[in-house]
Amino acid sequence: MSILLDAKTRVLVQGITGRDGSFHTQQMIAYDTRVVGGVTPGKGGQSVHDVPIFDTVASAARETDANASVVYVPPLVAADAICEAVVAGIQLVVCITEGIPVQDMVRTLPLVHAHNARLVGPNCPGVITPGAGKIGILPGNICTPGDVGVVSRSGTLTYEVVYELTRSGIGQSTCIGIGGDPLIGTRFIDVLQLFEEDPGTRAVVLIGEIGGTDEEEAAEFIASKMSKPVVAFIAGRTAPPGRRMGHAGAIVSGGSGTAAAKVEAFQAAGVEVAETPSGVVECMRSKLSIQ
Amino acid sequence: MNIHEYQARDLLRRHDLPVPPQVVASTPEEAANAAREFDTPVVVKAQVHAGGRGKAGGVKLAQSVDDARARAEEILGMQIKGLDVRRVLVAPAVDIAREVYVGITLDRAAARPVLMLCAEGGVDIEEVARLTPEKIVRTHLDPVRGLQPFAARAASFQVFSEGRAALGLARVCLRLAAAFAALDATLVEINPLVVTTAGDILAIDAKINLDDNALTRHPKLESLRDLDAEDARERKARARGLSYIHLDGDVACVVNGAGLAMATMDLIQHYGGSPANFLDIGGSSNPEKVTTALEIIQSDPNVRAILFNIFGGITRCDDVAQGLLTVIETSPPRVPLVVRLIGTNEERAREMLAGAKLETASGMDEVVQKAIAAARSAGEAS
Repeated sequence: MSILLDAKTRVLVQGITGRDGSFHTQQMIAYDTRVVGGVTPGKGGQSVHDVPIFDTVASAARETDANASVVYVPPLVAADAICEAVVAGIQLVVCITEGIPVQDMVRTLPLVHAHNARLVGPNCPGVITPGAGKIGILPGNICTPGDVGVVSRSGTLTYEVVYELTRSGIGQSTCIGIGGDPLIGTRFIDVLQLFEEDPGTRAVVLIGEIGGTDEEEAAEFIASKMSKPVVAFIAGRTAPPGRRMGHAGAIVSGGSGTAAAKVEAFQAAGVEVAETPSGVVECMRSKLSIQ
Repeated sequence: MNIHEYQARDLLRRHDLPVPPQVVASTPEEAANAAREFDTPVVVKAQVHAGGRGKAGGVKLAQSVDDARARAEEILGMQIKGLDVRRVLVAPAVDIAREVYVGITLDRAAARPVLMLCAEGGVDIEEVARLTPEKIVRTHLDPVRGLQPFAARAASFQVFSEGRAALGLARVCLRLAAAFAALDATLVEINPLVVTTAGDILAIDAKINLDDNALTRHPKLESLRDLDAEDARERKARARGLSYIHLDGDVACVVNGAGLAMATMDLIQHYGGSPANFLDIGGSSNPEKVTTALEIIQSDPNVRAILFNIFGGITRCDDVAQGLLTVIETSPPRVPLVVRLIGTNEERAREMLAGAKLETASGMDEVVQKAIAAARSAGEAS
């Protein structure tokens, strides 16, 4: 079992002829993901890596019966790509693109909700269900199937933790990067809810960072709604206030969004917070053996 | 991106907000000329990217032309929060009957912008939000329609009971919301907005933060960037596609990905060291990015050791290794290097680096501990 993505998910690639779109289409196919079509306006009728290309998401969805899409288009047109997908009836849209203006996302999120679709990202590495498939850029070779769910705001830090989990023999149900932007479609609490309901997930690793209050919200959710153990890690304890730490959303502003506040919120909710990335694995190992 | 008050006032005036005239002066004489033009008294205000300018003595009232010259001379020589004051803004002083706070920013939790009004102007709004949040009137903007006139009126009447002032404030709110949207701002703020003794409404201070991600569609706004106000290393990094932030420690780090870069800094501190920087070399890194990163880092005299923590995904370890070899050959680093490369093409990278003058590590804890030790022994040797 898993969340969001399984072996039956049928994926479209928006921006399939671009450098990143084309490369990662190949990687997704190599991981046995069912990539059923691609979209690049003006290149309909051609194909890339034997995947048929369509001019619009609507025509691609009609012809291929796709139920998910991944967006690799440039930042200034990415919000439009998300809207195109949800209007065409795609239920899961994963947006990898980094650098989308935040006000574009303000206007886009209500449309996603109105169509009852789920957006993961933007500015995220995507979703992988080890052994079943992947949508996005997470490297498949570091994962192994298992029953620990992983949810994170970052990319390579997620790889680091997943790699260590795998090396310690702790497999993953699904790993999901929700994105480093200030406005994202799927937040920690949404994913925690899915993991809580997923019979294939026994425990959860949550990797947060400075900026915003999503971790505090998650702590409250875990305390009141979750039965499964969660181990948390927060990046950015040494980040200077007022500075954006690479991710558009990773900023301590006006004393809010600090790592200390997030750690405190988790501890108050009874959630163990690891001091280091390798500590996450140790905490998880002890949780799993106690259970 | 932060811009200066005089730039923000300019932008707001172009969006039909009631901003009084101003002159920007970079010498005391220019400030004196401005005072002559406006009639005294005038205010002389430091233009730096820092809050609390008034408390720091960077905002002064001048009663005469000579006074304006003297005040400008004082302020132009100042440093505020470590930043040199290179310009002052000179504007006519106004008779203030009342002052309020007006701001629009992004509410991340609500995923939409929020209008904030406060009946006390000139305040530190973050302080008010923390201590007496009930004093702030908060109104969310519609995510698609923006600030609607009825919502602006409803908010304004909570601040001013008198009709003329309330409707004037509502008009300011609507124009400010239009500016927020048109500029792709993340913050627009008038603090204070004043009602003069004659009953006029004036924006006598302005602050705007712009969304870095949107600057590509506002090329004119990019030109407002004050390059002098930025750290030279950070400026160079940005121009070469790297994300670098200078810190005060002696252990430098080169990392791919922002989350891993933060976690690496944190781990340096966790093991008793002190990070010298945040540096994300980004995804598809080529060998040149590595050489640039090392140039920038080594221009910081505090640095005593450099660690590489690369988790290859899109980033290929052999690319990073190639960059390292080039640097070692052409301009050998003056401090020890400790390198951990893992993921895509790591075996090839390991072969390439065998015999190179650097230390390697396999785990994240190990690379950090080795770098701290190297920095310590470099410190003892010097």
